[in-house]
Amino acid sequence: MELSALIPLLVLASSILPSLLIFFLGEDRARLRIWLYLGAEIVKLLLVVFMLEGIYLGQSYETRIPLLPGVDFLLRANALAMLFLMLSAGLWLVTTIYAIGYMEELPYHGRFYGFFGLSVTSTAGLALAGNLFTFYFFYETLTLATYPLVVHRQTREALAAGRTYMRYAVAGGALLLLGVVWLQSLVGPVEFTEGGSLVGRNLNTSALVAIFALMIAGLGVKTALFPLHGWLPMAMIAPAPVSALVHAVAVVKAGAFGIVRVVYEVFGLGLCRQLGVLFPLSLVASTTIIYGSLRALVQDDLKRRLAYSTVSQLSYIVLGVAIVGTASTIGGIVHLMHQGIMKITLFFCAGILAHTLGITRISEMDGVGRRMPATMVAFSIAVFGMIGLPPFAGFISKWYLGMGAVEAGQIWSVAVLITSTLLNMAYFLPIVYAAWFKVPAVPFTEKLPPGRFETGPLLLAPALTTALLTLLFGLFAASDFSPLQWSALIAERELTTQPEVLGP
Amino acid sequence: MDNLGTWIVWPILLPLIAIIPIFLRKRSGAANVSLVTAAAIVLAVAGLARQVLTNGEQSHAVGGWDAPLGIMLHADGLSVFMLMMTAIVGAITSIYAAGYRFQGGGDSGSSSGYFFWPLSMFLWAALNVLFLAADIFNLYIGLELLSLAAVALVTLERKRDATVAGMRYLLASFLGSLAYLLGVALLYTAFGTLDLELLGARIQPDLPTAVAIMLITLGTALKTALFPLHFWLPPAHGSAPTPVSALLSALVVKASFYLLLRLWFEVFPAALTPAIAQMLGLLGAIGILWGSFLALRQHKLKALVAFSTVAQVGYLFLLFPLASTSAGWGVDAWSGGVYHAFAHACAKAAMFMAAGTLAYAIGSDQLDHLAGTFQHYPFSVTALTLAGVSLMGLPPSGGFIGKWLLLNSALASGQWWFALVILTGSLLATGYVTMVLSHILLRPPDAAPIEPRNTRVSFTLEFAALLLALIALGLGLAATPMLALLRIGMPFTGY
Amino acid sequence: MSQFSLYAVISMLIFSIGLYGFIAHAHLVRKILAVNIMGSAIFLLLISAARRDPTAPPDPVPHAMVLTGIVVSVSFTAFALALTRRIYAETGQAYLPETEPAISAQKQDIVQK
Repeated sequence: MELSALIPLLVLASSILPSLLIFFLGEDRARLRIWLYLGAEIVKLLLVVFMLEGIYLGQSYETRIPLLPGVDFLLRANALAMLFLMLSAGLWLVTTIYAIGYMEELPYHGRFYGFFGLSVTSTAGLALAGNLFTFYFFYETLTLATYPLVVHRQTREALAAGRTYMRYAVAGGALLLLGVVWLQSLVGPVEFTEGGSLVGRNLNTSALVAIFALMIAGLGVKTALFPLHGWLPMAMIAPAPVSALVHAVAVVKAGAFGIVRVVYEVFGLGLCRQLGVLFPLSLVASTTIIYGSLRALVQDDLKRRLAYSTVSQLSYIVLGVAIVGTASTIGGIVHLMHQGIMKITLFFCAGILAHTLGITRISEMDGVGRRMPATMVAFSIAVFGMIGLPPFAGFISKWYLGMGAVEAGQIWSVAVLITSTLLNMAYFLPIVYAAWFKVPAVPFTEKLPPGRFETGPLLLAPALTTALLTLLFGLFAASDFSPLQWSALIAERELTTQPEVLGP
Repeated sequence: MDNLGTWIVWPILLPLIAIIPIFLRKRSGAANVSLVTAAAIVLAVAGLARQVLTNGEQSHAVGGWDAPLGIMLHADGLSVFMLMMTAIVGAITSIYAAGYRFQGGGDSGSSSGYFFWPLSMFLWAALNVLFLAADIFNLYIGLELLSLAAVALVTLERKRDATVAGMRYLLASFLGSLAYLLGVALLYTAFGTLDLELLGARIQPDLPTAVAIMLITLGTALKTALFPLHFWLPPAHGSAPTPVSALLSALVVKASFYLLLRLWFEVFPAALTPAIAQMLGLLGAIGILWGSFLALRQHKLKALVAFSTVAQVGYLFLLFPLASTSAGWGVDAWSGGVYHAFAHACAKAAMFMAAGTLAYAIGSDQLDHLAGTFQHYPFSVTALTLAGVSLMGLPPSGGFIGKWLLLNSALASGQWWFALVILTGSLLATGYVTMVLSHILLRPPDAAPIEPRNTRVSFTLEFAALLLALIALGLGLAATPMLALLRIGMPFTGY
Repeated sequence: MSQFSLYAVISMLIFSIGLYGFIAHAHLVRKILAVNIMGSAIFLLLISAARRDPTAPPDPVPHAMVLTGIVVSVSFTAFALALTRRIYAETGQAYLPETEPAISAQKQDIVQK
């Protein structure tokens, strides 16, 4: 097998093998487990960076293994795949460091790290999936690998949340499967192709619309599109590192990424436009943006407010996809990355508060900034990013989304963006205000003694890192290899094949 | 050796031969003789598989006597596929049974566990006879031997529930066999042959044939527990000793399904109308929904698993309408159904074993009593979960491959209603699997460790279940070679 | 109507009688007898099929089938009677209880809802 065919497999192997190995390690082999895990992560990151350079230079990486007659297990990297792969590989490393600091009190470390690694493997598989079949394959393994994480505490609430989660996820998977198989029965195996793989085929319009709807609905469950979002706030029962990486980033991104794949690389923007499916999609996205924000407003539980904020923010990506135009494409795709690092920062901070001071409610956060300044600095940076203040990363996303909406003449989308920004302010700024400027009503109950730092250094470092990235991605958006430039590269590759698509 | 053509007789002879020393040596060593025999059968099946893969289909006239009076054995891809399924499940169930403690005592003072060994060998021989039979009468013989062995196994522990369930099972089973035999008699009087191939060539669409087909279909459907003829299955499978439940749910229902499958696509085609196939599919679909629905309502783990079998058997019958309509997609549906049977065999046996281990450990299989078992028996719970993944039909399991192929053919042949049933079925399966997990994984709030009745559950029990569950999972990744084997001599031309 | 057709019709009739008995009677011994009657009907059909043409030598295949069938039938009867005795010993009657415990619990459940 050639090296270029081997590398995608190695990327998957680098996380799946240590995860499986960890299941067989004794519960008390903590040190070995951690080193194995970190080693695997560094190997994976190196592989991804190696691939990143290759893709930039036009190299192709493809692994094809026949799994069934006419159905291949296909891994193939392109610019879009690399964005998601980079996100999952990079955040895996920071989240693991965070998890090491966080998990000490919870039992079953081996099980936790094992399934955590399998979840990450599934997201890597989703990123690299080269056809719908492989995508569906990893979409379901992601569900299976994350269920044990949701129920990790094994309490009645966690198990109930797990059941809800499975119901939603499997139902979503079933819809997606139906769409995939239906499409395959019409045109044979569908591979992701930049510009759309259905371009130039003469197919029944109503069947295509139905297939599109099925796929978006199936993917919409994980993207938490309204009204399929019910599982996300419930799943917040999981331990903080899981909420941070898996639910705020990996799982929901899997859905959003799938929508990007389906629109750009299966149907193609031109065909989507012809079918008239983009306008309803943008309506759904807009509704979700507003609805999520409104629900976030009234949550007192910090993780739940963040969860509803996730519901809202994810639909920016979908909105960017649904508006036809280069700028909106760039805005939507870059938000995949930006929302990931900002939201993970917020969840890291929420986890630190819960772990150190036992704070889970916003009403308990008065004056916490003085007790934990570094944490709250990170939190504030992420909040500013979420709102879309320059020079943070979120500003870049919103700017491009807005520009795209204007370009496409969809003024109401601009109105949605502005309303949502106001709502973001309404539900985020009071937290920041309370944390910095209010006085605590009762003294904090310290669960973790304040050592040299305000909390465990392994908890703090990841939060500060991702907060810093939020700033850097915004400040250096124009430099090579910034998420923005990479998204521009993706947009160029996805759209230049059909320049006529972008006409009025 | 490959050209001697004798591999084919060993899967039948080995278990029969083994029964002699098992009876002679009584309790001591019965398990050991059986385990050695199981290993030998696995080897024999592997040898036959290799032979079929390299040389194509195999036939053998027993004792050199040709048909019609002699007995012909015939092995094609489908036969070998089913033999492999039986060998894998049978061997691992034997391992499980070696660690299992049967309850109750026998007539002559020997423990009832001892009788498991000769009866399971008998069952195994009957299954292998059935899978290798080349004529409709030997299929009948296989079927009858199977029923007798199966019912005897159900009643092994002399529990009241099991005895009554066994009687019900016996009567249902023999009614099915008689219907089948009457069908055979009608076919023989009409066409003068028992040979599958000849009969397929001679068959005509006339009234006696139609009656014969109805009788055979009804008889086998009763034995396979197709809705609404499934009434006997849940009590029998739920109350039998665990290794027996595993064998019954995994293999015995598949045997009568195999029989119908053989006849339907190799003998009946010239005399069939699409309406019967649709009817079977419809009943299968109702079975999927009804079985899953009832599984969701159970309070006992083994009963739940048994109702899940009713649902999973429904999938097998979807094959008939899907594979009958259009030639192009028939192969997908046919191989998908058979693949589903294999995956279900491994998954369901694993699930019964894991459920049995938990029930055995805490002395009850009430779902409410299972809280905290994960802490003590993580391997069994893992096995149960992995088997559940296959039942849900999610990748990367063998159940997924079957579901994918069936779904593909349902949509491609325009029978989308079956696609909806397949997907709804996997949602319901998700429902009952997560329901079980929610009970098992629950950590009691007071954190008091449960007090297992049998603190020392043999590791064999946990290992066997996990091994089978892993095989069910691995089937999802081994589809290419397995389907290649299945295609040898399959009843579809041009592929 | 040829001689064979007469036998065929009669055997169908006997089979139906057996089937009726199987369904109508609850007593286990009667059920077992009914199964035997159905079996005999099939044997009759096979035996008559063996010599449809009186001038030709009889076809041995149905004879072999009937012999085997009888063996199976005897095994069934013996086993079924043994089970019946066990049921009688345990429950004091030779009937199947109306519903299985596993099912009845759940049926009550349905009724309640």
